[in-house]
Order: sequence, then structure tokens, then C-alpha cells
Amino acid sequence: MPVTREDVLHVAELARLAVDESRVDHLVQELNGILAHMDALSAVDTSAVERNISVPVDGTPLRSDSSGPLTMLTARETFAPVMRDGLFLVPRLASHEDAPDSAP
Amino acid sequence: MTIPDFARLSASALAAKVDGGNLSPVDTIDASLLRAKEAASGKDSLNLILWSDTDLARRDAASLVEVMARAGKGGRLAGIPLAVKDNIATLGLPTTCASKILAGYVSPYEATAITRLREAGAIVVAKTNMDEFAMGSSTENSAYGPARNPLDVRLVTGGSSGGSAGAVAAGIVPLALGSETGGSVRQPAAFCGVVGVKPTYGRVSRFGLVAFASSLDQIGPIARNVDDAAIAMEIISGPDPKDSTSSSHEVPAYRDEFMPLATSPAPLDGMTIGVPAEYFPESLDAGIRALCERSIDLLKSLGAKVVDVALPNTSLAIPVYYILAPAEASSNLARFDGVRYGPRSESAALRDMYAQTRSEGFGPEVTRRILLGTYVLSAGYYDAYYKKAQAVRALITRDFRDVFGAGIDALFTPTTPTTAFPIGAVTDPYEMYLSDIFTVTANLAGVPAMSIPIGRVGGRPVGGQILASHFCESTMFRVAYALEAALGGEAHQ
Repeated sequence: MPVTREDVLHVAELARLAVDESRVDHLVQELNGILAHMDALSAVDTSAVERNISVPVDGTPLRSDSSGPLTMLTARETFAPVMRDGLFLVPRLASHEDAPDSAP
Repeated sequence: MTIPDFARLSASALAAKVDGGNLSPVDTIDASLLRAKEAASGKDSLNLILWSDTDLARRDAASLVEVMARAGKGGRLAGIPLAVKDNIATLGLPTTCASKILAGYVSPYEATAITRLREAGAIVVAKTNMDEFAMGSSTENSAYGPARNPLDVRLVTGGSSGGSAGAVAAGIVPLALGSETGGSVRQPAAFCGVVGVKPTYGRVSRFGLVAFASSLDQIGPIARNVDDAAIAMEIISGPDPKDSTSSSHEVPAYRDEFMPLATSPAPLDGMTIGVPAEYFPESLDAGIRALCERSIDLLKSLGAKVVDVALPNTSLAIPVYYILAPAEASSNLARFDGVRYGPRSESAALRDMYAQTRSEGFGPEVTRRILLGTYVLSAGYYDAYYKKAQAVRALITRDFRDVFGAGIDALFTPTTPTTAFPIGAVTDPYEMYLSDIFTVTANLAGVPAMSIPIGRVGGRPVGGQILASHFCESTMFRVAYALEAALGGEAHQ
């Protein structure tokens, strides 16, 4: 499955990268060079692999639904101009015109 | 007070002197800052450190003096200068991942591993150079220039935690933190002649570690000896509510388990150590092979039974890794778009601003991996690349489970296929990727692994790698400590 110029430009668009036109051919060559080594995987029989890997070997542990202390460089209150009851207040969106007028 | 042997003392020895009142934390920090200044000066500047604040470090040392005066004692790492890889969040110092896209970024919070080390008395003195966003094996992919190996400035330090490994090797600090995704602690530790540990996935909280490939990333310590690495692991390991993938497995007192065996003539009695042939290919450097064989003979003399084992899917690890890691990176790095972090390129349209900021902010290797990762995740290629790689990853993991399930306690291999190479010598991306050929398997399988110095070839350090089953760091440390003691000074000859 060789990578084409169109592939590189398409992927760059998906990845929000502005690739200079003069570099596209070089990138095509590089990606094809790397992906050629990946083709070794296609010959591996993985039909017996029942499920893909779950990285934590003992699953994801549960924790209590509570917050703990977090050492911060600056107080959380400095992150936004207005707070109330521990929450940041933000301007009301136009689509929320029916909501109670609680924002500044 | 000057500390004449500062560059050689272990963290535990230094901390004992501080705790005993023979040294002040101010002395240890000043010694570290002086050594850092020497290493950064002149035409042979090692370029190991990106960010440092001498005033902040001295203030932290003075604060520790007050804490110790009140408590009557210091922590286990009282007054120990700590160097931290630049992708681990610290308070008061930049965290840039050696990337222009995070230039000037200072994290508002710190990593859990840093908090735990500070609570034990360690003081952060420097953020260290690294491959940009940990993508590389030489610390040449830094926006701030390559790090140089303290043992020979013409050579790379290895990477991506090259600055941290180099800082320990150069005598700037006795202890540093790096991060692993495919060998980024063990490989530079091997190249610089120091000890590096990759914990079991989940053993150490990733909170505050800038994400590269979240299913592979782990923070790990780099030290001058196995004992210090074990101390650091005891401190930074354990569950953290801020990281849902951190494990609640009990953290043993590693030192208490291997120290009593120190005086035994056969400290590895009853253990079976496997040697996988796949890690000793014909192409392996002859000098590295000879040093590994010497270590294997020593392991036998220490009481271990050494047997041949097979990890048949090893050759597939590099292709698997270089599909999965870029795929995860392409997602993780999407957040760096000029809106929330770092400098922003001006552009009339929002999408153009994203693209321009990212293209100007990311270096060539990061750009290459984002493109590669986006490609293997894109419609039409997902099954052939990403899904297939996940399935083969399961086979690689099964290899390790089969070996450890058959009664093998630990594995011994070389850490790297070569010694440190000259700066600029490796230009082909895939050739550079092959530097990780013996290390990526542990990350893919999630098992713990570490590198210790086992000798030198042509003056260049060689690392021996010890791997164990999930959460069996105790076994790994026991083998590493015994081998280190048996090698003695020959580990650095």
C-alpha cells in the first residue's frame, strides 16, 4: 500500500499540519520507507488472538468519587475572572438564552 | 562547604550525610549547581540542561533546612539534587518537552512523582534536554540542540531521556527522572554508563507526564547504582487517584528484599534466569556479546540457573511499536494547536492558524510521526496497520507470559545492539528506530526492565538489561544488585 502525494496532503490536512509543497515528495519517500518495514506484520497469523490488549494488567482500579488536594503554582481562583461556589462563571451562550441568568 | 567527592557519591550516601547533620541541603545543591555550570561551559558544553533556576533551588534547600530543624530529621532523599526530564511537569520551571511549540510553558501543577520525591527531601535543580516530545533515541531531536555524552562529547547520550542520563553520568546529580515509551530511560542509561529503570506499566503514576503514547508511557528513575534506583522506585511507585491507570498493587520495600542477600555467596540461589536467543542476533556487536557472556557467567556463579528461552515474536516489536506509538502520539499531540499552550502563529483563518502554529512548532521527527500515526489510523488503513499491530502486540505480550509462566524468574539481554554512536552519524529514521530493538518489547508487554552498566567496548559503556514479570520489580532489583556487586569496578571498564 504505497503512500502517495495525495495521501500525504490528506493526512497533513487531517493532522492540521501545513506541509510545504517542496517537502511532499521527500515525505512520501520517508513514509513509504518506514511503512515497508511494517508490512512484515501482514504475514503474521493473528486469527487466534481473541481480544486486543488491555494495558493495565489488573484492569482499571476504582477510586472514591471525591477530589483531593492538588499542588498548584497559582491559586485556581486566578484562572478565571469570576467564580462562585467553586465554579468558574462564563458568559452565557446565545444558544442558552432560556437558561437562568446566572452568568456575569 | 565543598563536597570533594560529590560527583561520585550515591544518593543514599549523600542523604545519610545530610540527615546526619554532616552536610546541609544548601551544600548539596550548591555542589550540584556548580557542577552543572562546569558541564555547560566552554566549547565542550554538554547541553544536558534546558532550564534551571538557581535562586529557586537555593530557596528550596533553605526551606528544607527549616523543615529538618522542626522535624529533627530529613527524608530518605534529604537534600538530594534531582534532575527532571523536560516532559515531566514541575512547579516554577518550564516544561517544554524540548519543543518550540511549548516554548515558555510553565505548568500550573506538578507530576505526582515529583511531589513524592520532594516530600522525601529531593530538590529539583534542573529540567533536562530530551528528544522533542520523547520521540528519538539520541537526544539529537531537541529544539535546543543535541545533548553530548559526558564520557565523550563527540557521542550522543542516547535518548530520549539523554539529558537526565547525561546529568547523572556527568556528576551533576546522583538521581534523575526520565520517561519511557520504547526504551527512553534504559537506552540512554546504557550509553552513559548509569542505571535506568522502566517500571511495570501502572506502577508509577503518569499524572504530570506529558502524554506521548499513553498505553506505553512510564516515568522511571536514572541513578548511579541499583540501590539508589530502588529507593527512588519505592518512593514514586504506588496508586494515584489522579491517574486511573496507576495500579493498586502493593509496593514492596525493594531494598529490604535484596540487601540481606548482599553478604551471601549465592544471592541468586534458587532463581532461574532466561537468555532469549532473539536478543543475541549474529549482527550483535562482538564486544557487547562478550560482555553479556561475562555477565551470564557471573549470574551462574551467583547461584542462578541460566537457561535458553524463546520470545519468538521479538522481531515484530519495532514494526508494532512504530505503528502504535505514532498513532497514539497523533492523537495526544492534537492538543498543541496554539490555543491553549505556547506561541501562536498569526493567521486570518482559525484552521490556518492551527496548521501554521503546528508546522512551525513541531520539529521534523515529531511531524513525521504525527503524519505516520494519522495515516495508520485513517479510513482504509486502520485494519491493516493499527488493528493488526494491536493483535501482534498481544502475541508479544503472550511471549513474556509464557516464559514467566514456565518458571523463569527474570531475563537477561543486552540493552542496546550498539554502543553510543557519534552525533549526526545516524540519519535514516528507521535505522534510528532500530536502536530500540531490545527495549521496546518491555513497553509493549508492560513488564518491568532495567539497564545496568556491564563494561565498556572501546571506552564506550555497555548496558545489560534485566526484565521480570509484571509487578516483579523485586526480582529484577535482586538480580541487578547481585550482578552489579559481582562486576564491581569492571562494570565501568
